[in-house]
Amino acid sequence: MRRRSPALWAAALAGYAFLYIPLVIVVVYSFNDSRLNAEWVGFTFDWYRKLFHNEEMLSAAGNSLLIALVASAVSTALGTMAGVAMYRYRAKLLAVLVLTPIAIPEILMGVSLLIFFVMLNLRLGLASVALAHIAFCIGFVAIVVRARLAGMDESLTEAARDCGATPWQAFRYVTLPLIMPGVIAGALMAFTLSIDDFVITFFTAGAGTVTLPLQIYSMIKIAVTPEVNAVSTLLMLLTLALIVVATRLTPSLFRN
Amino acid sequence: MAARSDGRLGKWLVIGPPLAYLLVFFAAPALIMVLASFRTPGEFGGLSPLIENGNIDLNLDSYVRFFTDSIYAQIFLKSVWYALLTTLFCLLLAYPLATLIAKSGKKHRDLLLLLVILPFWSNFLIRVYAWMIILGPNATLARMVNGVLAWVGHEPVPLLFSSFAVLICLVYVHLPFMVLPLYANLEKHDQALLDAAQDLGANAWQRFWRITFPLSLPGVYAGAALVFIPALGIFAIPDILGGPEDSLIGNVIKQQFLETRDWPFGSVLSIVLTVAALAIAGFAAWIARGRLGTPSSAREARA
Repeated sequence: MRRRSPALWAAALAGYAFLYIPLVIVVVYSFNDSRLNAEWVGFTFDWYRKLFHNEEMLSAAGNSLLIALVASAVSTALGTMAGVAMYRYRAKLLAVLVLTPIAIPEILMGVSLLIFFVMLNLRLGLASVALAHIAFCIGFVAIVVRARLAGMDESLTEAARDCGATPWQAFRYVTLPLIMPGVIAGALMAFTLSIDDFVITFFTAGAGTVTLPLQIYSMIKIAVTPEVNAVSTLLMLLTLALIVVATRLTPSLFRN
Repeated sequence: MAARSDGRLGKWLVIGPPLAYLLVFFAAPALIMVLASFRTPGEFGGLSPLIENGNIDLNLDSYVRFFTDSIYAQIFLKSVWYALLTTLFCLLLAYPLATLIAKSGKKHRDLLLLLVILPFWSNFLIRVYAWMIILGPNATLARMVNGVLAWVGHEPVPLLFSSFAVLICLVYVHLPFMVLPLYANLEKHDQALLDAAQDLGANAWQRFWRITFPLSLPGVYAGAALVFIPALGIFAIPDILGGPEDSLIGNVIKQQFLETRDWPFGSVLSIVLTVAALAIAGFAAWIARGRLGTPSSAREARA
């Protein structure tokens, strides 16, 4: 009954090729024994070796990791609250504030936070970047947590309340364990978004602070070497690992 | 009674912290930017003092500049044009992908869907950088294209730092945003409708154009909004892959904030961009509701 025409297969296959060939090329050339990303010369690990001796790159990676840890921890706490609030109390204003940052072009949040931080005389650096990342990660965590809540039986929480649990106990011992996979998936998502963010970081980092994407950007702009391919490959591996964990935890996440 | 009052306290304990955070770090900066758009640029960049000699300094100068200097309207229109082309090409590529996924068996569906989403999770700059390699002057593609061009007696063309590079990367980066809503819609279609049409003698094209496509419009509008809005505000892709002609509104905003440091004018451009983005999102939502409110909700009610 459900026939799939060869033309459809061919078009879809072309679509997948379009999605993957560029990434495969980046990975392949990270092992290429040539400064030019133009043709295959021979296999080497040199670019990875150079990477681990590149002080700037290492300090940028350290900054990215620190920011991502702080931003994902705080935004997971706040985003979980927001998800619960949006699902249980249908908080309208909160829903607008949670979803708008996701809906508008990123550059807008970047420039408005830049004005804001400078007006407050806050020195741009790690702290301002982390504060900005938390603001845009809350929404993503909230959406995942709300989806998880929507899939669970609220009468369980009510039953706990009927049995004499305080609201906090009902949340801590009934609701939270049930939504935990969603919370963890949200945390991993926030971590990935933070470590990958370029646009908002670009405006809120100031002159002296460099994160991994900012470092990649300046390398691309000034001098392209396969070191960029190597760091890209490692970053892709990290993201892939986080995504695999996240999908394992909430198989339904990507279906909605 | 007691339960009710601590219910209300609990409610504010849950809503309060995220609400407070987003009011401070999202709503307040947005309002400050609106205010900044009416202020005067500072002598050394940034903003000049709001209150000078007891007078509050607010004016429409930056708005007047935007609406009188046609260069900005042109750049804005160019951005809209690029975003429209991106949306269109994404739709053309996404339709077969979404159709294939929607028609696959349950077993393969999740995997095929995940394969569309995965590239989206790799770093944005990496995906832009990949096109820098592919389109580079020494890469195979450029040599092939210019080989053909030389054969027909045409001057060689650079692929990198061109509108072509900007557009192909815009499509590449935004494609998953079109596939997902389209798939979510196509997956719900009732096969019986297509079978009935076939029994009545409709050919494959008629079945697509008269049944599948109209029914998929809510998915198309949702995907179009998800592609068009971020594409409209993009600055990194023209910055990295474009030539001097490819400067878009995002690039001008970046320039106003970080190079020229004319914050009031940068704020005006940002506000125009926000209004355009929200208007288009609202318009898409409005059309989608008006158009398909009837058949799909009727079907859902029946189910």
